[in-house]
This record gives sequence, structure tokens and C-alpha cells, in this order.
Amino acid sequence: MSRSAVLVDTDWVERHLHDPGVVLIEVDEETSAYDKGHLKGAVKLHWKDDLQDPVRRDFVDQHQFGELLSSRGIGNDDTVVLYGGNNNWFAAYAYWYFKLYGHASVLLLDGGRKKWELDSRELTDEVTPRQPTSYTAQSPDLSIRAFRDEVIGAIGVKNLIDVRSPDEYAGRLLAPAHLPQESAQRGGHVPTAANVPWSKAANDDGTFKTDSELSALYVSAGLDLDRDTIAYCRIGERSAHTWFVLHELLDQPNVKNYDGSWTEYGSLVGVPVTVGDEPGEAAR
Amino acid sequence: MSCGAVVGGQTTDGVDVSAQAVIQGVVEHAGAPVRGAYVRLLDRTGEFTAEVPTGEAGEFRFFAGSGDWTLRTLAPRVAPVDARVTAALGNVAEVRISV
Repeated sequence: MSRSAVLVDTDWVERHLHDPGVVLIEVDEETSAYDKGHLKGAVKLHWKDDLQDPVRRDFVDQHQFGELLSSRGIGNDDTVVLYGGNNNWFAAYAYWYFKLYGHASVLLLDGGRKKWELDSRELTDEVTPRQPTSYTAQSPDLSIRAFRDEVIGAIGVKNLIDVRSPDEYAGRLLAPAHLPQESAQRGGHVPTAANVPWSKAANDDGTFKTDSELSALYVSAGLDLDRDTIAYCRIGERSAHTWFVLHELLDQPNVKNYDGSWTEYGSLVGVPVTVGDEPGEAAR
Repeated sequence: MSCGAVVGGQTTDGVDVSAQAVIQGVVEHAGAPVRGAYVRLLDRTGEFTAEVPTGEAGEFRFFAGSGDWTLRTLAPRVAPVDARVTAALGNVAEVRISV
């Protein structure tokens, strides 16, 4: 799949803002950002309230996802363009989530909200109403989602990529530095995981680096392109960004996002953990 | 424990500063606060650690670790500006950034 099939720039979005059949969706970590101003016609999805089960730690199920998109006026045939703040962390997460439930046409706005703002393009606080649809979600595609036992089994066998910052990887911080420090029970990383921070895949303005730069990045980090790969971070949003790079931009076939990520793994009883800057060894 | 407002800075009411190494401040242009600028926190090796957009009064805040950090500020129509700051556990490092 080429870059143009999955990624659009701000010019493209500006030209297609009013196209019927193109639905812009904003997904943010800072969930009030949309309310203060968003791209004209954009729909808001709340990464937690809309996309997470309210009781268990898991996603909404296939039926609930269908109901959600129906209520927001999104059809199965619509081209969904995702964008958001924080360098598209949660927009990339939503992109992966839409792919999980089999939405046919999904695009990511390169650079997301930040690039749009740095371009001084128009934002509005008006919400454009949409007619409800009858959306049918597909059964979840688990070829792109990893669970904890698979991560444990991948130690020393598959590529594990920890995309958090170096300080989180080493166990010196438990959460991103703009959030209070509350997270997993233990700091560190999954043994043998390489640390390739998601940010190395992006330019300062939030756009993705070129394919050749991205390939060089993962090869130099020791990624064996013939092996399957699992990416993780703290709660699965930054690793969705890296999943997008590896699976969608670089066409790596077997890449999964471990959305349980460090908040789950770092609280498990009895699993191996490595602290410090080195990947560490698989237990014999 | 929580601390009151720092002169010229944001209130830290409700934040247990004793367990945090806070870096906070404001972004200004020609003396006026800049809302919607992006402040990136880079670690001692220059690696990205976090990023926040500034609020209505140009304010931003990070919960970092003790040590030396760089703040890289991006705003529309101006070149990025780097500022160095040292954070320490239990302290609030205040930074004023002009773009």
C-alpha cells in the first residue's frame, strides 16, 4: 500500500472538506480540544468514552462500534479521515481501531491538528449535524491486535518495539512527562524490546518522515524485517502511531499493536521485566 | 502537599509537587501570551519526551524528572525557539519563552 493510500496532507483535506462521502473525525487525548475549535464538519470521537468499554478494560464490541458510528452519521461507504492533537497519537489509535473493525476506507491527516494549526488554517466551534446511518462493523481483525500472553511469548522470538520515551523505557519515568506520574506497578520494559520512540518517526510539525528515513530508523534499531513485530507503549496509542508507520507506510505484513501495553504488562505478576537502557536478554 | 501560585506562574493547587519535578511557564510574542503554541520537552540527549499546546494565557506544564531538559517551542509563522531548563523533584521550574 502506498503512502498516498493511507495518508493525506492538509492541502488535500482543505480541498475535500465539503465532499459528501468524506467524514473528518477528530480524536484527541485532550478531549476538550474539539469543543474549542475543530476542522469544519468534523465529528468528535472520545477515545475513552466512545471507544472503551465503560466497565472492563477493553474496547467496545463489534455491535457497539456499529451503533456508535451509526449514531454519529458515519456510513460503511464513507471515507473516514482521522486527525487529532498530540502528533496524531489518538488519531492513529482510532485509525488502527477502525481497521480492527474492518472499515474499508480510512485515511490519516499527516501532522494532524498541530500541522493544521501551524498552517494557520481555519477552525470552527460549530458542530455540523449528521443524519444517523445504519453502520455494520466487521468482526475484529485480531491479526493487528496483540494480547499479553502473545507478548510474553514474543520475548526473544519476535520483534518487540517499545515506542515510549527513553526514560519510560528505562524505568526512570512511568508515564509521559506531560501527565502526572501514575501508571503501572513497575517501571521498565519487556526484555529484548528495542526502544524506538514513536517521535523518531515524526518531524517536529507532526508529519511523518519519509519512507526511506523510516526504513533506516527501524533497521538501525535492529528490527529484523523477516520477523513478526509487536509494538507497545503505555496504553496503546503511541504504539498505534508506530503500527501505522510499520504496517501502513512501510508495508510490513505482520505487525500488531499491544494496546494493553505497559500499564498492563508492568502490573502483571511474575513476568520478566528489564530496567535500564539496554534491551536485556530473554530468560533461558 | 500542594503549593499556592508561584509569582508570575500557574497555580499548582491540587498537584502534589513534592513528588514531581514540574516544568511550567508561558509562551509570549511581543509581550503578549501565545495561545495554541506547541511546547516540546526534549531530554538531555535531545530526544522528544512530551509535548503540550499552550492554553489561553500561553501557559504550559510538564511533569518531568530531575535533570536538564530543553523546551522547543513551535508557533505559527515563527521559527522554533529552544530554551534550556533544569528540573528537580519537589520544585517548580518556571520558564518564560519569547517567540
